[in-house]
Amino acid sequence: MAKIDGMTHSSLIGRAAVTPRSVSPRVRRRSTAAVAVRATAVVETQVDEGTAEALATAALQQLGQTDSVQPKPASRRRTQQRYGRLGIYGFLLLSALFFAIPLYVMIITSMKGMPEIRLGQLFSLPGDPTFAAWIKAWSQACTGVTCEGIQAGFFNSIKITLPSVALSILIGSINGYALSFWRFRGANLLFGILVFGAFVPYQVVIYPMIIGFREVGLYGTLTSIILVHTMFGMPIMTLLFRNYFASLPSELFKAARIDGAGFWQIFLQIMLPLAVPIIIVAVILQTTNIWNDYLLGLIFAGSDNLPMTVQLNNIVTTTYGVREYNVNMAATMLTAAVPLAVYLLSGKYFVRGIASGAVKG
Amino acid sequence: MTHLSTAARADNPYSVAIRDLDLDFDGVRVLRSLNLNIHKGEFLVLLGSSGCGKSTLLNCIAGLLDITDGQILINDRDVTWEEPKDRDIAMVFQSYALYPQMTVEKNLSFALKVAGVNKEEIQRRVSKAAEMLHLTPLLQRKPAALSGGQRQRVAIGRALVRDVDVFLFDEPLSNLDAKLRTELRVEIKRLHQQLNNTMIYVTHDQIEALTLADRIAIMKEGVIQQLDTPQTIYNKPVNRFVAGFIGSPGMNFLQGQLQLQDSQPWFIADSALAGLSVPLTHYPFCADLTGSKAVELGVRPEHVVVGEAATALPVCQEVGVEIVEPMGSDTLAWTRLAGQAFSFRTDTELNLKPGDRLLIGFDPARASCFDARSGERI
Repeated sequence: MAKIDGMTHSSLIGRAAVTPRSVSPRVRRRSTAAVAVRATAVVETQVDEGTAEALATAALQQLGQTDSVQPKPASRRRTQQRYGRLGIYGFLLLSALFFAIPLYVMIITSMKGMPEIRLGQLFSLPGDPTFAAWIKAWSQACTGVTCEGIQAGFFNSIKITLPSVALSILIGSINGYALSFWRFRGANLLFGILVFGAFVPYQVVIYPMIIGFREVGLYGTLTSIILVHTMFGMPIMTLLFRNYFASLPSELFKAARIDGAGFWQIFLQIMLPLAVPIIIVAVILQTTNIWNDYLLGLIFAGSDNLPMTVQLNNIVTTTYGVREYNVNMAATMLTAAVPLAVYLLSGKYFVRGIASGAVKG
Repeated sequence: MTHLSTAARADNPYSVAIRDLDLDFDGVRVLRSLNLNIHKGEFLVLLGSSGCGKSTLLNCIAGLLDITDGQILINDRDVTWEEPKDRDIAMVFQSYALYPQMTVEKNLSFALKVAGVNKEEIQRRVSKAAEMLHLTPLLQRKPAALSGGQRQRVAIGRALVRDVDVFLFDEPLSNLDAKLRTELRVEIKRLHQQLNNTMIYVTHDQIEALTLADRIAIMKEGVIQQLDTPQTIYNKPVNRFVAGFIGSPGMNFLQGQLQLQDSQPWFIADSALAGLSVPLTHYPFCADLTGSKAVELGVRPEHVVVGEAATALPVCQEVGVEIVEPMGSDTLAWTRLAGQAFSFRTDTELNLKPGDRLLIGFDPARASCFDARSGERI
C-alpha cells in the first residue's frame, strides 16, 4: 500500500506541476501540494474498495477533474494574484535599478579614457575598456602633496578597522554579558546611560575628546583613532550583545554557575561560543561603520594614518589640473569595495543584524 | 512536624536547614520567615501552583538568589553567603540547560574540569553516570541531536557526576510529554533509592509529588501550608487550600453548620431542599468543640461508596446522576447532595448514565471538616 501510494503520489505531482503553466512558481508549488494532498486523501478513502490500479486511476481522474473543471471565482482570484505579483516584481525591479544605475555608471566610466568621457554619453559602454584608471587610482593619483594613489589609505584603513572592530566587539560582548547575566546593583541605570550614549551626536563630543587626547599626548596617533572608534562603537555593541544574551535561557547561566564556572569561564567557554551568530553581525556592522567613517579619521588619525575615505576625498576634490572622472570613479569603487564585499558575502547575517534592531544611521 | 520519619531519623543531623528565610523582590515579600528542615537522604517535594515561591525557594537554596534575611544550612554548615559551587549541591532545570555547543560527554565533565579534577577521575565518574542513565551510546552527540527525555537524562547525569549530597530538581519533567514523564519519574525514584541522596524537587504536578516524595511541602504565597508525608497530606489536609489542591478529581466541599446535639457533633448541610445530617461522632477533631459554627465538609470522590454497601455507612442517600465522566480506569459521576454539587468515583462496570438513581454513602470519619471562615481544619 505504501509503495503504491508513493507511486501515485509522484506521478500526480509530475502532472500537476506541468498543467498550470502560466501561474508564478510559488502559486504553482502551492497548487501542487494541494493536489497531492487531495490525491492522497482519495487513495486513503478508497483503500478498502479496489486494487492498486483502480486506486491509481481513480486518483488520476480526480486530479484531472480538479484541474480542468476549475470553479470560476478561483480562477479570477488566480488572475488577480498574477497581476498583483507582476506589480510587486515590477516595483522591486525599479527599486533595484534605482540603486544599480549609479553603480553601473561608475564602473563603465572608470573603464573609459578621458576623451571618451568628454563625449558625455553617460550610459554607453566603453569603446575600449581599460583598467588604466584603476591602476592610477591605486598607485599614482595625487592625494594632496604626495602622488602615490589611494593604496596608503587602504592600508591605513585596515590598520584602523581591524583593531577597532576587535576591541569594540570584545568590550561590547563583555558588557552585554555582564549586564544580562550578572544583575548587579545599578545594572539597569548603567545600561540606560550606555544606550543614551548611542544617541548622542558625536559631533558634540569631538572637541572635548580632542583636548582629552592632547592632554595625554595621544592626539593624532593610530591609538587615538582606534580608541575613538571603540568608544563610539561600545553603546551599540553593548546593546546588540545584551539583547542577544538576554534571549538565551537564564537557566544555562545558572547551570554553569552551579557547575562552578566563574565570570570569565562562563563568558569564554559557554556564552561566547553561543554568540557566534551575533559576533558575525557585529563584525559586519562595525567593519562597515568604521571603514566608512570620514570625520573621525580626518580629525583623530593624524596625517600619517589618514583612512581611505579621507584619501579618496583628497583625490576627488583636487583643485588643480584636469578632473579625471575615470580615476575618481575607480578610487571610489576601490574604497567602497570592502563594505560592498562585506554586504555581498554576508547578506543573511546583515539582515539579521538589522532585524535585531541594532542598526543606527 | 513530629511524625514517624522524624522519629526514625532523630539521630541524624539535617541535610538542609532553612531558618527564618525572608526574600524580597523589588519590595514585594516573596518568601516570609520560612523554616524548613530536610533530613539526610530524604526526598522532599515542594508543591504549589505557579507563583507560590517554590522555585524561588529552590534558587535560594542553590545560591542563585541572594536572600534578604535568614539562614541556610547545608550539612550543618552555614552556606547563606556561599557561592553555588561551594554548597555541595547539584541542580537539574526544567529547560535542561545543557550547553548546546558541547557533546554529552563534555556537558557531563564540564563541572569536573572547572573544579580541576584529574582526567582518570573525570573519565571514571562520567562513564559511571552515563551507565546509570543509559547514556553511554549518546556520549559523542550534541544536545540538539537528543530527544527531550534523553536531554533531561543528561541534565540529571550532569548533577550525578558532581558527587554531591543534595540534589535540586526544578520541575525537571514539565517539558516532557505525558508518557516520558511517567518513565522518567520512575527513573528518578530508582535513582534516589540507589544513591540515597537528599533530593529537593519542585513541581506543580501533584501526581509527581505524591509518587516521589517522602514528604511534601505545599506552598502558597510564599508560605508552607503543610509539610508532611503524602499519605497524611492526602488524608488529613490542614486547611481547605491543601485539601482542594491535593487529589484528582478534587475533593467535594459541602457547606453547612457544625452543631452539638445531645453533646454529639453533627454536620447539617445548608440546603433549602433535601436536608443532610452527618453524624461526626467518630470524626477525629483537632480541638474541643465549642458551640456551632459555619463549616465545610470535605469528602473525597474516591471515598464514596456506591450501591447496597452504602447502607452500612453512617451517611447514605439515594441520588440522581447528572453528568458522567468516564476516565478509563473508573468513572466520575456528578450528582447533588443536599442541593450542592457532589462527585463520586465508581466502577466503570456500573455503566452509569445521566438520570440513573442509586444509593451513595460515605464514612464521616474519613472526611475533613474545615472552618468556613479561616479555612483551617477542625
